[in-house]
Amino acid sequence: MSVEQILGHIPALRRYARLLTGDATRADDLVQDTLERACVKWSLWKPGSALRSWLLSLMHNLHVNQRRDWRHDDGHAALEDSPEPAHEPLALAGERLDLQQALMALPPAMREVLLLVTVEEYTYAEAAQIIDVPVGTVMSRLHRAREQLRELMTDQTQRLVALQRVK
Amino acid sequence: MNESPAAVSADELHAYVDGQLAPERAAAVLAWLQAHADDAQRVALWQAQRLQLRRAARTLELDDAPAALADTVLRTARRTHRVAAWQQAVAAVLLLAAGVAGGRWWAQQGAAPLLAGSPAFVHEAVLAHAVFVPEKRHPVEVAASEEAHLVQWLSRRLGAPLKAPSLAARGFRLLGGRLLPGEGTPRAQFMYENEQGARVTLFVAVFAPGKAPAETSFRSVRDAAGESFYWVEDRFGYALSADLAVPEMQALAREAYTQLAR
Repeated sequence: MSVEQILGHIPALRRYARLLTGDATRADDLVQDTLERACVKWSLWKPGSALRSWLLSLMHNLHVNQRRDWRHDDGHAALEDSPEPAHEPLALAGERLDLQQALMALPPAMREVLLLVTVEEYTYAEAAQIIDVPVGTVMSRLHRAREQLRELMTDQTQRLVALQRVK
Repeated sequence: MNESPAAVSADELHAYVDGQLAPERAAAVLAWLQAHADDAQRVALWQAQRLQLRRAARTLELDDAPAALADTVLRTARRTHRVAAWQQAVAAVLLLAAGVAGGRWWAQQGAAPLLAGSPAFVHEAVLAHAVFVPEKRHPVEVAASEEAHLVQWLSRRLGAPLKAPSLAARGFRLLGGRLLPGEGTPRAQFMYENEQGARVTLFVAVFAPGKAPAETSFRSVRDAAGESFYWVEDRFGYALSADLAVPEMQALAREAYTQLAR
């Protein structure tokens, strides 16, 4: 098996990273880091196993580490519970909160699960393997992601309605 | 038969939305949703989210991939190069090219590359063609404005005097060229473009004495990205690749062949 087959996954990795980070430059940096890691660790990939999943799990680890570095703390709790600092949902008041903005308002760990399951169409078990957590954790993150997304978008709708009433 | 439907968990509602529900639970979940309007509404919203997300992912506009991304992989590939892997490599790069070109080639990705019997340098040529032809900003390393320098540089690196044939008579002007890794020795790629933006590459291999493939005839191979005509003469192997109509390809190949044979 040759390392060149990674090339075929680059478009999908970029797309996924773009939705995960919400930023084109950060997304390509993340893909670049992922490819470098994949090249270094290429001998560890088991031929016959899903290459895309392996690449996504490398990307997941890098993304977690990056967030940990940025926040100067030990990461996991923050990754789990707080929204991306640059994307405070409240800052969007008065604008239309579209799906991508609502997605960015989710804590990254929830966003990640939601993307793996809905966009990448992984089974819950596969998603659990990629991010290295139990399936139960995938399910609870997925549930919270969907419910938060629902609230974010409903809130916004209500706020718009309220604004229109004031006018 | 059990008339009262067993309780349905939130996990099962998600599985229903994601198409991951065990078939034997489908009836129970549907019955549950009919009996529980709040859950039915919640599930409908989740389904809408799912569709919206998938649509957002599909319609996401990405810039051209930075060349550094593919370069990272190709650098490693050079180090771990193994000839037997070319087949997958070509397929992978065609998929990459398909992504870059906006899906034009997706429809053809299932077509089996008919490269199996051709010499290794032809595989290299097809791969290099697929990688660099979609490049908008860096299709070549050295531009045709420095043609003398380009030819001299590539000749020196390949260890034999090269020529960049003129395909102007067929409407293709030289864009430039680049140096590429090959099996054991470097390779050269010249790229040409016509007024419509169609691109042709000429891939050149110079073999060490006694290492040239035996085959010397004028042959063609077809793959998902187009057609490659190749021939081997003395120590030189040439492959001309493009996605053009066959008569046009043949005319170009004859033109290149005639000039290079001189």
